[in-house]
Amino acid sequence: MAKAPARKTAAPKKVASTPAPSSNREQPRDPVPYDATPEELEKFYREMLLIRRFEEKAGQLYGLGLIGGFCHLYIGQEAVAVGLQSALDGNKDSVITGYRDHGHMLAYGIDPKVIMAELTGRQAGISKGKGGSMHMFSVEHKFYGGHGIVGAQVSLGTGLAFAHKYRGDGGVAMAYFGDGAANQGQVYESFNMAELWKLPIIFVIENNQYAMGTSVNRSSAEDQLYRRGESFRIPGMQVDGMDVLAVRGAAEAALEWVRAGKGPVLMELKTYRYRGHSMSDPAKYRSREEVQAVRDKSDAIEHLKKLMTDAGIAEDKFKEIDKEIRAIVADSADFAESAPEPDLSELYTDVLVEQY
Amino acid sequence: MAIELKMPALSPTMEEGTLAKWLVKEGDTVKSGDILAEIETDKATMEFEAIDEGTIGQILVPEGTDNVKVGTVIATIAGEGEEASTPAPAPAAAEEKDAAPAKAGAASVSESVPAAPASAGATEKAERASDPAIPEGTAMVKLTVREALRDAMAEEMRADDRVFVMGEEVAEYQGAYKVTQGLLDEFGARRVIDTPITEYGFAGLGAGAAMGGLRPIIEFMTFNFAMQAIDHIINSAAKTNYMSGGQMRCPIVFRGPNGAAARVGAQHSQNYAPWYASVPGLIVIAPYDAADAKGLLKAAIRTEDPVVFLENELLYGRSFEVPDVEDFVLPIGKARTMREGSDVTIVSYSIGVGLALEAADSLAGEGIDAEVIDLRTLRPLDTATVLASLKKTNRLVIVEEGWPVCSIASELAMVAMEQGFDDLDAPVMRVCNEDVPLPYANNLEKAALIDTPRVAKAVKAVLHR
Repeated sequence: MAKAPARKTAAPKKVASTPAPSSNREQPRDPVPYDATPEELEKFYREMLLIRRFEEKAGQLYGLGLIGGFCHLYIGQEAVAVGLQSALDGNKDSVITGYRDHGHMLAYGIDPKVIMAELTGRQAGISKGKGGSMHMFSVEHKFYGGHGIVGAQVSLGTGLAFAHKYRGDGGVAMAYFGDGAANQGQVYESFNMAELWKLPIIFVIENNQYAMGTSVNRSSAEDQLYRRGESFRIPGMQVDGMDVLAVRGAAEAALEWVRAGKGPVLMELKTYRYRGHSMSDPAKYRSREEVQAVRDKSDAIEHLKKLMTDAGIAEDKFKEIDKEIRAIVADSADFAESAPEPDLSELYTDVLVEQY
Repeated sequence: MAIELKMPALSPTMEEGTLAKWLVKEGDTVKSGDILAEIETDKATMEFEAIDEGTIGQILVPEGTDNVKVGTVIATIAGEGEEASTPAPAPAAAEEKDAAPAKAGAASVSESVPAAPASAGATEKAERASDPAIPEGTAMVKLTVREALRDAMAEEMRADDRVFVMGEEVAEYQGAYKVTQGLLDEFGARRVIDTPITEYGFAGLGAGAAMGGLRPIIEFMTFNFAMQAIDHIINSAAKTNYMSGGQMRCPIVFRGPNGAAARVGAQHSQNYAPWYASVPGLIVIAPYDAADAKGLLKAAIRTEDPVVFLENELLYGRSFEVPDVEDFVLPIGKARTMREGSDVTIVSYSIGVGLALEAADSLAGEGIDAEVIDLRTLRPLDTATVLASLKKTNRLVIVEEGWPVCSIASELAMVAMEQGFDDLDAPVMRVCNEDVPLPYANNLEKAALIDTPRVAKAVKAVLHR
């Protein structure tokens, strides 16, 4: 039986817990919920809804055979990518993640059309149809993938942070990984070097409770994953990943620390994925009731909608946004279905950059 | 009986060294653990301790003497109650200094150091065909492979601030094999970075830094340890450009010694060239001499593609002529004809080239005129040069210090069959290591590794002689 998912934040002052100080070492300040303007609230809502609807559509296209291979949906976790990335500076900060990457790309403003076209394996896809769901990149947006090997992005992200520091460009790297990847050895090799060299990186564990079908409790000796950096002196924060304002607030505290040159921060975002690990997941390892309970009680989009409603946003406005988002997603699906497949000559391009 | 103090072997591959400094003088009383002298190898300066108690009799090799062979008697210690007597004079190391360096190198293997591996015997030959990339009349300077590699890195680091070196012991220790010697002094700790012993992590960090716009040189202390990191070399570095539709590059060099060293056993003795050369998206380079080491490492650092650069520990200390030009860069993907011949083509790379040349020289005495080709780059493979030579000689032998199964040799044999079948007058033969993990025992190790007689035998077989 899995632990109860992220606790609902019914407006507690403190949105994230930092470990009980085990020494006198300085810690990042306690985060507070982000005080968003009405415009920002709407922006978050739009972005989260776009991810949800986009992923639902991707699931549909997968069922129709238009998307092949592995396809990992982000439904349920939207507040994490949106909350964290809204705090980044898109001109200098870099983002890297694993194979569940559609949401992070959408949250970084990448055109849904080229993402969907990559899922359907078309020439117009962001990787010219040669990467697929797990391997998407946008150097232009400082989004460095999209990596299919569990945990690899943690070392690679540490390298991105190294490059920021080496160049002195003021950028911060954000490396996302799951509760499953949190047990990989290279994660700790990276923690060690990141703290040793005070690299500007935020390690983000998206704890959606299951590594494929293995719950955190069944795979992790220390299941409070935010504490996993302690022996490297990396401060940890545990954050409600179902509350976008809590996430954004925690991101601000983490960024303050990292931008001040104090080295990395480890954030554990407690979240939940509603769908299976991938499209082929029979989900025998958890009950429908468990999933439904999270949807009913902790859904990130519903939570934000309630906040906005309380702030006086009328139902019509939500309907209008929903209609707009559905149109964007429908357009991206039409584009992805009608765009041509790659030319066969593409088979041999991009293997190497140079001619020898 | 006086105890003879002999020049110690301070590493598995050391053949000679410099007696840098005596810390005792004749007549001094020493006890076990006292430091007697400082000995410099091309890798390190080491302290030489006394193991026995007694009085220093005679110092036979003065300080500052270079090229003192391992095993040379350098001093004597008289035991308690003994006269500090003088033994029969050892061959003075100074004499060796005057000998032609090529000759000295060869002699040291066969005579002074029986423990040295069989594969370390090759020396450069004057009649070697010149590299077509080097113009006639270019001034040459003699450099070890180690120095050439260091110079290549230093030159590229001077030219491009994005280039940095990272690895275990590359900075303060000055390189586990001294390849990065002096780089920390010149470029500082920002660009010459000691890592923890975490290959997987720092290979990934390097790949990420390359994706983020830098030009990392990642040194593996040996490629045996790169197996810990092979996921990043292949899945992260080699495939990203393709998977991103050409958007995200990974210009990185993974370098370090590869192949058998000397008496270090199976886990530290393996040639990974065929592994990496099988991966689309990688460039794989394995130079033999110092000029190629320098020119190709500079090219490797500059290219936009990820490179696996396979060096060889046994070659580090060998000296070769290197063009003394401002910016010596060689083309990647071009083999080099080391010796022209008409009877048979011997193709090799890395340390095998030395054996092939040595075999060609001995075969010349028997009236066999062998052509020797150094592949230099293993991916992309310069099959055109090999096939052109095959067209001329009609016979092909591939020499590879590595396992035979699924090797570069098997690949070339297939290339010959697919594209050069009509030119073949005999089946292609390969000379590879024995198909076993490399053993430790001296005789077994020798038996497992390729050597010149085996190359000569294969050549004769394809010539039906």
